[in-house]
Amino acid sequence: MKKYLLDLTVKAVERIHERYVLIKLTDGKPLPEMVPGQFVEVRVDGSPSTFLRRPISINFVDRELNELWLLVAMVGDGTRKLAELKAGDTLNCLLPLGNGFTPAKQGENVLLIGGGVGVAPLLYMGAEMQQKGIEPTFLLGARTAKDLLLLDIFKRYGRVFVTTEDGSEGEKGFVTNHSILQNERFDRISTCGPTPMMKAVARFAKEKGIDCEASLENLMACGLGACLCCVEKTTEGNLCVCKDGPVFDVKKLLW
Amino acid sequence: MANLEVKIGELRLKNPVMTASGTFGYGLEFADLMPLDGIGGIIVKGTTLKPREGNDYPRMAETASGMLNCVGLQNKGVDYFCEHIYPQIKDIDTNMIVNVSGSSPEDYAECAARIDALEKIPAIELNISCPNVKDGGMAFGVTCAGASSVVKAVRKAYHKTLIVKLSPNVTDIAEIARAVEAEGADSVSLINTLMGMAIDIEKRKTLLSINTGGLSGPAVKPVALRMVWQVAKAVKVPVIGLGGICSAKDAIEFLMAGATAIEIGTANFLDPAISVKVRDGISDWLDAHGCQSVQEIIGVIS
Repeated sequence: MKKYLLDLTVKAVERIHERYVLIKLTDGKPLPEMVPGQFVEVRVDGSPSTFLRRPISINFVDRELNELWLLVAMVGDGTRKLAELKAGDTLNCLLPLGNGFTPAKQGENVLLIGGGVGVAPLLYMGAEMQQKGIEPTFLLGARTAKDLLLLDIFKRYGRVFVTTEDGSEGEKGFVTNHSILQNERFDRISTCGPTPMMKAVARFAKEKGIDCEASLENLMACGLGACLCCVEKTTEGNLCVCKDGPVFDVKKLLW
Repeated sequence: MANLEVKIGELRLKNPVMTASGTFGYGLEFADLMPLDGIGGIIVKGTTLKPREGNDYPRMAETASGMLNCVGLQNKGVDYFCEHIYPQIKDIDTNMIVNVSGSSPEDYAECAARIDALEKIPAIELNISCPNVKDGGMAFGVTCAGASSVVKAVRKAYHKTLIVKLSPNVTDIAEIARAVEAEGADSVSLINTLMGMAIDIEKRKTLLSINTGGLSGPAVKPVALRMVWQVAKAVKVPVIGLGGICSAKDAIEFLMAGATAIEIGTANFLDPAISVKVRDGISDWLDAHGCQSVQEIIGVIS
C-alpha cells in the first residue's frame, strides 16, 4: 500500500480521559487508502526532548467526513505535546504503515479484544466489518469504568462486552475471564493491548484452537523497516514490528 | 544552476548527497516517499558473509537531539543479498553502495569479493566501526594495525571504489585515516556512531539490551564536523562526511570542512524525503551565492 508524508489539519482534539486524547485529522484531498491495524508515524513539533516520530495506531477513518482519528495516550513529553494540538494546527504524518488485521470474511465470528489504549485499532476494524455486513464482537478491558475509552462509539458498530479490574462496569476481572469466551465459539481473535493481556489471550486461543493475531507496539524509530530497531523474535527470526507487523499471527511469536 | 557533481574514487555522484547505511534500508522502503534516483548514492544496510540475527530488543533509545542504537548488524548475509536484494535494487539510477562488515579480515575480503562480482554495485563502504558487535566491527577500526589489516585484505579482493567508514571512538582519527589510505582505500567516510549509554532510573537498568549503543543524530554533529575537518587535512583521498546532518546548512558545513560528499543518516527517520530536500537546499545556496559548482566550497575551511 502506497505510503505518504502528509501535513494533515487538526479538526479537533477531544480530551476523553485525564490521560487520553482523541485527535481528529483531515485533509483537503481524500485521505489515502489505509486498513485497520495499520499505524501512523507523527512528527512532534515543539517538544525539545522529543527527537523521533511517534507511532500511533489508526483508531478510525471516517470516509464521509474525510477524518482520520488517532487515540493518543499521554505517556511522555512527546505525546503530551500532541495533546496540546488545537483545531487548525497541522500534524505531519507518515502513513499508512505496517500490515493490518486479517479482514473478516462473511460468516466468520470474529472477536476483537482490547485493553487500555490498545482498543484504538479495534474500532476501525469493527467499523470495517460492520460495513461488510459482519457484526463484530468487542471485548474491552480496563482498570475501572472511567478507563473504558470510546465505549459509546464501539456500541455503534457491534456487540460490546466489558471487563473491569474493580468490577465498576461489566464483569469483574481480566478480559480472559469474561464469560463470553466460554459461552460462544469464535473463528478468530484479533487483539491489541498490554503485552501480558495479549499473551493471556494468545494462550486462551491456543488452548481452544482459535486463530489469533496480536498487534505489537515495540519501540521504533523509522517506521519503515529500515533501521531494524523494533524487532520481535519470531519463528522466522527477528522481524520488524513496523514493517512485518504490527499485527502478527501469535503462532509466529515466541510467547 | 550550479553543478553538483562530485567524484569519489571512480564514482561519479550526480550530487554530493547520499544516505547512510542502516538508516535507509535498501532504498526500496523509501521509494514511495522520495525519488531514489534524485540523490548521489544510497549506502545499503550493513552486509556480512554469514547471516546475523543482531542484538536482542530493546535496540534503541531516544536521547537529547539524537538516538542510541545497538542493532548489531542484523542482516541475511551476502548470498541472500546477491540473490534476493540485488535484483530489486540494481536498476535504481544512482550509486548503490553496499556497506560491508565482518569478524576477520578474511571474511571482510570474502564478502567484498562476492559483491565485486555484482555489475551494478560500483563501490563498497567497509564498516570497521560498528560499536555494537563483539566480534570485529569497531575492534578493527580503533587501531591503525587493525584497520590496515582489514583494508589490506579487502583491497586484494575488491577492485572497485573502496570507501572505509571510520570510528570516532578513537584518540586520533586522522591517524587511522592515513593508515587506511596507505593500504589503498579510495575514500574514507566518517563518522560512524559515538559509543554511548542511557539508563532507566526507575528500573535501575540500561535502556539497551547490550547496555551500550551508538549515538547518532544532531547531538553528534559538532564532533563529526571537527573530525571531518581533521581528516580532510590529513589525507589526499576524498572524504565523505556524516554525523547528524539534518539540513542543507549542516551539509554545507561538512563540505566546507573538507567533505567531498555527505551522508544523511538518522534524519531519514524524521523526514524520509530529507535527502532530496538537502540536495535542493545545497543547490539553492550555491545559486544564491553565485557559485558555479559545489567544488567551490569543498574544503574552504583551512
